[in-house]
Formats: sequence, structure tokens, C-alpha cells
Amino acid sequence: MTVYYTKEHEWLRVEGNVAVVGITAHAANELGELVFAEARDPGTTVEQGDSVAVVESVKAASDIYAPVTGDVLAFNDALTDDAALVNRDPEGEGWIVRMTIADASQLEGLMDRATYTALVG
Amino acid sequence: MTPPLLRTPLYNLHLELGARMVPFAGYDMPVQYPAGVMAEHLHTRAKAGLFDVSHMGQVRLRARSGQPADAAHALEALVPADIASLKPGRQRYALFTTADGGISDDLMVANMGDWLLLVVNAACKDADFAHVRDALAATCDVDMLSDRALIAVQGPAAEAALAALNPRAAGMRFMDVAELDLAGVACIVSRSGYTGEDGFEIGMAASGAVTVARALLAHPDVAPAGLGARDSLRLEAGLCLYGSDIDLTTTPVEAALEWSIQKSRRPGGARAGGYPGAAIVADQLASGATRRRVGLRAHGRAPVRGGAELFADEAGTQPAGRVTSGAFGPSVGGPVAMGYVAADHAATGTPLFASVRGRLLPVTVTAMPFVAPTFRR
Repeated sequence: MTVYYTKEHEWLRVEGNVAVVGITAHAANELGELVFAEARDPGTTVEQGDSVAVVESVKAASDIYAPVTGDVLAFNDALTDDAALVNRDPEGEGWIVRMTIADASQLEGLMDRATYTALVG
Repeated sequence: MTPPLLRTPLYNLHLELGARMVPFAGYDMPVQYPAGVMAEHLHTRAKAGLFDVSHMGQVRLRARSGQPADAAHALEALVPADIASLKPGRQRYALFTTADGGISDDLMVANMGDWLLLVVNAACKDADFAHVRDALAATCDVDMLSDRALIAVQGPAAEAALAALNPRAAGMRFMDVAELDLAGVACIVSRSGYTGEDGFEIGMAASGAVTVARALLAHPDVAPAGLGARDSLRLEAGLCLYGSDIDLTTTPVEAALEWSIQKSRRPGGARAGGYPGAAIVADQLASGATRRRVGLRAHGRAPVRGGAELFADEAGTQPAGRVTSGAFGPSVGGPVAMGYVAADHAATGTPLFASVRGRLLPVTVTAMPFVAPTFRR
């Protein structure tokens, strides 16, 4: 199981040719308790770096950027009534969106865990 | 070049408490502490939150005649509120208006006996001070009290927290002002706030601020709260944020703030008009304004935030207005917002649609406040 990280604090877990995407524990902590999350509709094609989802705290809305190009497959419905699941388990049950990986070579431009950890200190 | 951020007298205490600091109105201010915005908001409504609002401006207005009434009458040339009838030891909400009926700031005016204390917004304080000084220099001494701090304690436990330091605090009513010693520091205490909760705002010399803040935080029910919680609390309380919900382009009547214009200053009153834009405001008091500030509740969980356009129809073809403030309301348990809508869409219960990320979400015009106030009148 391979997990990649972006400098915008998303993580991407590769499951076959599908990516599961969420935000890191560092990002979840910075944003504070989330009150709402939603993703682009299933079937939507998003380019790497496009907004694929939005999470909102009391104070502000934050875009979640697609770490790779692909098609949205599913939003984590558990977040519909309980967006704070992202805070409680950001890199597990609090995943945000599943999407296809159109071009696996884009993964090479992402960070591994050690590099990301060094980035956020 | 951006000037360095100013610090309030409580800056080091904020760092000690683990605050996350952000720039606000030229100051380095705590947006939240480790508990987070949600917890700080809920704690304030359940117990009591302590807020540093020392960035706000405090201005002393004193009549050179020595007659307190002269300062009150002078100030009425700048605000539509009735200041002349404000009794010693009482405070009142007021607006600085402009010649075209706009609002250049909102403020609190307290009658301190032989002087008036004006508390104004941080971002406006230099302009407000110049405005008051230039307009009233002939009759009044106007001083910016820049070496003072201001702390708000808000919530149902605020009374007990202050009374533990000075029992006289418990005897104050909503909008009373008194000079009280707290923890050995001479303070000006008003029973007021910006959260919809019972509470107090406490001014003191900068040198005494940490002593008072620590004494209040020592109470088991008092926890620090940052600007994030302050904003969601005031929004649930239906209170305006200057620069977002009211500004130079909004009139007192459009902003649904005509309650701050007492009868004596309205047409037919003993001291009707006489403030900037009075003719425009008088006309709107009689005939209504073409748009109105209203509360909005969204049906779903998606927050509708400031800047969202409002429409009368689901297709988004009939513009109805615009949201000026919006957030998730922790106590309401859902999104709350306020904004301006055309007068024919302003009635409570009117269904509207807010544009959020390209989608039109149903919202309903809702009476404010969104939470019941708990003032001790």
C-alpha cells in the first residue's frame, strides 16, 4: 500500500488504479473542527491541482486539490453528517474522495511520508 | 511596505496560552487557542469566554465648558442616537453617519459622569478619532486613550467570575457602566458585549491588563476565546460586523438598525435630525428602504458565506441580494448568515436561493438573533 503526499497537505493512497484522497493530520489540525465537506459529483473529470472537494470549519471553506488527474468515483458519505470524522481519523475513516488515476506518472511528482513529515516539521 | 503588527498588552499571555495569532486591523491577535473555535464558542455560551479586545479604540470626550451635557449635545451632531438623555453610568449603541446616510463606524457611548467614553472599531479608530476631533474641537477635548486595554468576559458564568473579584459587578444591569476595582486594578466595567450572552467589557490601564486577565482566567468557568469564536458568536446573535454587514454604502434603516435612533432624534422628536445624512435617514424611517439586512438560515449543512449572491428563484435568474456574513453556527448547529435583500424579499419566511460554488442552495429569511439573548436587563 503506497501513500503519497502533496505540499497542499493532501494524502493519496493507491489501491490498484484507484486513488483514495484525504487531508493530513497536520492539515486537519490546522483547519480545526470541520462542520461540512462535499466533493465534485461522481463522473467529473478533474485535472491535477483542481479543486476536487471542499471542507469547511466554523470560520472558513478550504479547497481540497486533486493530487492527480482523474475521474471522481465517490465521496465519503460518512462525512455528510459528520465532517469532524476527518479530524478524528484524517488518514483513515476520514478519507474524502475516491478517484481514478489517469496518469500514474504524476505520482512520481508527489512526496513520500518522510519528505512530507520533514516539510511540516 | 506593511508596517509591523501592533501588539496588545495581553500579547505574551496569548502566546503562553497557546494562541494561534493572525493579523487583524493592524494587530497581531489570537484567532483561537488550542481548544479551537468550535469549543471556544460553545464554552462561551455554556460558561464564559475571555476575549482580548484591546485593539478597539477608546476615546474620551469632555466638554471644555465643564458641563457634561455639552459633550452629549456635541456628539449628537455626529450620531443619530439620543446621547443627551443617556444617564451617568449608562451606555448606548450608536452609529457615526455620513452625509449620504452611510455608516462610517458603529460604537458604544458611555456616560462616565463628567465625560463620555466612546469605544470604536479597531480598523476605524484613527479615522473616528480625527472625525470627532475635527468636528467637535471647538467645544470638546477629544483624547485617544491609547494606553488602555479592553477585555470582554461573556457567558452565563461571567457574572460569577467578576463578582468573585468585586461583588458590585453582580448588581449591574445590561448596559450599566461602573468604575470598579478588579484584582487591585482600577477598571471601567460595562455590562455589555458582542456575543448575545450576558457579560462584561472591562477597560483598564495597559499596565493592569495581565493582572485582571489572569484573575479572571483563574475562575474555573472562564476560558480564553479568540477572534474566530467572537465572530461566530456575534453572527448567531445577529450583530453587525463593521466592514462586512455595515459600511459607508449602508444606511441605518437598510441595516435594520433604526432601533439605535431614539424617538427624540426622529422627525417630530425634541432634537430631531442634526446628524450627517439625517434627511435621508428620516425619509427611510418614514417610507422604508429599498433593501434590508436580514438573517438567513440554509436548509442543508453547507455554510453560506459572505459574498454569496442571493436569488429569488431556483434557476438563479432573479437577483435578490447578497450575503454579507455567514458561518456555521455552533450553537444553532447549522449554517447562519446575514445579508441585504430587496425590500420585497425581506419578510421573515421568504424562500431564497444562495449561490455556493455554482449551486443554488435554498435559504429562508429568518428573524435574528438566531439564538435567544440572555442579557440581564
